[in-house]
Amino acid sequence: MIFFSKKSKPKIPLEKQKLMTVNGDEAVAYAVKQCYVDVVAAYPITPQTIIVEKYSEFVADGEVHTEFIPVESEHSAMSACVGAAAAGARAFTATAANGLALMWEILYIAASLRLPIVLAVVNRALSAPINIHCDHSDAMGMRDSGWIQIFAENVQEAYDTTIQAFKIAEKALLPVAVNLDGFFLSHTLENIYMLPDDAVYEFLGGPRKVAKTYVDYLGKEVEAKLDPANPLSFGPLDLYDYYFEHKMHQVEAMKEAKKIVKEVHDEYAELSGRSYGDGILVPYEVEDADVIVTVLGSTGGTVRWVVKKLRQKGYKVGTVRIRLFRPFPFEELREILKGAKVVGVMDRAISFGSFGPSFLEVNTALYDLKEKPLLVNYVYGLGGRDVPPDLVEKMFMELLEDAKKGVVENKLRFLGVRE
Amino acid sequence: MSHVSQPKPTEKPYDLIIFEPGKKYDLPLTLNLRQLAEERRPMILPGHRLCAGCAAPIIVKLVSFALRGPTIIANATGCLEVATTIFPYTSWAVPWIHNAFENAAATASGIEAAIKAMKKTGRLPYDHIDVIVFAGDGGTFDIGLQALSGMAERGHDVLYILYDNEAYMNTGIQRSGGTPPFAWTTTSPVGKVIPGKSQEKKPIADIMVAHRIPYVATATPAHWADMIKKVRKGIEVDGPAFIHALSPCNRGWRHDLDLAIEICKRAVDTCYFPLWEWERGKGYMLTDRSLAIAKNPQLKQPIEKFLEVQGRFRHLLKPENRHLLKQFQEYVDAVWEDLLNRAVNAPK
Ligand SMILES: Cc1ncc(C[n+]2csc(CCOP(=O)(O)OP(=O)(O)O)c2C)c(N)n1
Ligand code: SF4
Repeated sequence: MIFFSKKSKPKIPLEKQKLMTVNGDEAVAYAVKQCYVDVVAAYPITPQTIIVEKYSEFVADGEVHTEFIPVESEHSAMSACVGAAAAGARAFTATAANGLALMWEILYIAASLRLPIVLAVVNRALSAPINIHCDHSDAMGMRDSGWIQIFAENVQEAYDTTIQAFKIAEKALLPVAVNLDGFFLSHTLENIYMLPDDAVYEFLGGPRKVAKTYVDYLGKEVEAKLDPANPLSFGPLDLYDYYFEHKMHQVEAMKEAKKIVKEVHDEYAELSGRSYGDGILVPYEVEDADVIVTVLGSTGGTVRWVVKKLRQKGYKVGTVRIRLFRPFPFEELREILKGAKVVGVMDRAISFGSFGPSFLEVNTALYDLKEKPLLVNYVYGLGGRDVPPDLVEKMFMELLEDAKKGVVENKLRFLGVRE
Repeated sequence: MSHVSQPKPTEKPYDLIIFEPGKKYDLPLTLNLRQLAEERRPMILPGHRLCAGCAAPIIVKLVSFALRGPTIIANATGCLEVATTIFPYTSWAVPWIHNAFENAAATASGIEAAIKAMKKTGRLPYDHIDVIVFAGDGGTFDIGLQALSGMAERGHDVLYILYDNEAYMNTGIQRSGGTPPFAWTTTSPVGKVIPGKSQEKKPIADIMVAHRIPYVATATPAHWADMIKKVRKGIEVDGPAFIHALSPCNRGWRHDLDLAIEICKRAVDTCYFPLWEWERGKGYMLTDRSLAIAKNPQLKQPIEKFLEVQGRFRHLLKPENRHLLKQFQEYVDAVWEDLLNRAVNAPK
């Protein structure tokens, strides 16, 4: 959901913003173009491909200064981004599904070296069987790698979030993954507003500035990059005497990141007039709701539409879209969910032998409550399976029934799967 | 990256090699060892933990002497990497990065692209920064080949130096695509029915020639002037360059600690490891001792000279394995003959 600010006029009023009809992939490409990115390395995979195709056009037409590296694999795409970012450049790549899985090893390295790389993940199901359509199994595979993960609901948000991502990454010194649902967003045309180039340039503070670090053997503060004036070693062997502390640095950085995501979101909202909840959660009709459903990504819109319809019929239902998945907003979510009788957690992925990944997080968020809502996990939409409003309504009716009964018998349910 | 400790400024921070921004650098190519020792500092500092007698740090030192100016090093996982940077220490006097095992070439591609982009936008305070990769045979012949091939095809201006100790040494001497036939390793043991590695050595340098990159060469630290010249050429050419350097490993080759350089000489004298370079438009050219051998075939030594000082080939010298030794000699001769046929400066 996009809220256009009504109270105060945005710094860049809508009439100064360019209205464009683009799909989600193109929106990301345009955002990256405006972000003064030095290095883009990428490898094609549906449904991400349009991003780099579009970006290649910008490069071919001389519209950007970016060095484009058409690598021979996603593993090398992320590796090249690590090299570029370590050298002080602003770096971007995009992928999906198997491509993201192939990056896995280097995702950890990017985060652990504290490199502010931005990655667009155009969510797609993992093989086998091979399937090119949307689910979140790819994103959930990287959730422990130390990346900030944000999920966009629509094309406008994918554009806005990509711009925010560079600022978040460079402030938090952590890489950021912007998730957009494959096909539902990547290949769907929407009218979106784009900021003028110079507004984005100013928002980001120009080209990337490298954070400083204190190095005692140099006896000074130096930029943390590969610099012949200040030779630093990146990615050394780190044994049991220091590794743990370095991981603690990442823990601290992630804690800090939530604040940064909010701040950057608010600053961007002032600039553009567009906001997405508080930047981490987007609640809708939750105040007095008996049943609240949590959701990630593009399904958020469908769920909200159904909530609106059910509210008109007098049902006390609400929804909250989780925009920031890593770091997970436990406290904030607990605040929103604590009054509900039943919480339904929608997951477009499954952890075999367990529940959907976000169900586990919501569970954790609620555990500290004295009076806990009942919890149900709905796994839906695997491999791009459609989730029409009727199905969402059916889910709400089941949950209302659970609320009435006061018990949940079947905690893990599959929405829209043939029996 | 947050550091809490207070700065304690030191007078001169060890022997770092510092290139000042804004200055022009074009260090001359010097081939006088005494002068080099006085004027140039190696980019690998004392105190690293590579085994005594390992050839890898000697190769890095020789490479240091060939630098022309600001340089960034990317290092694949392996002995050289783990032994030189045990946190909080580092032996590297120049900016250095280790990313993973198989992606040194891709990492270097990213660094080179970043340098280009920053230069284009006036944000690079240097005329040029050279990018050099060091990777072992495992990280090059095997798991790293894809990234290396991609880097070569895309034409990144990077010098890739393979230090070839002919096995996965860091994980404890397992065979690699660079291990020679019949060599003992822990995954090609000499057993009752299989006498060491069953396959030949992958012709990695020829594979790189096949990529038609501007410059490919072989080198050993024993032929130091030859090596320094080749490294300098590799840095100076515009585009990717590849140097295959032989790097004896006393742990894995089972030889005496003081033999690294001697074994390199024997490798060249027996034509097990010929010295050559290949340039686009010029073709294969023998260099240094290998050129001398081509001109005076009587200088060529039998392969036993190379094998006899190494425990990994001990079984080949047993009387019952004569036929294997003969096979090894035939293999070496075939590779050498093939090279003689291709080398433009070999007597025809
Ligand atoms: C993906 C991956 N697989 C395996 C390893 C384990 N590993 C670390 S170093 C190494 C061998 C390195 O051998 P080589 O490249 O020949 O260099 P050397 O140690 O011999 O100098 C291996 C297998 C790793 N680090 N990463
Ligand atoms: S094991 Fe071999 S290659 Fe590794 S440091 Fe020791 S001698 Fe050098």
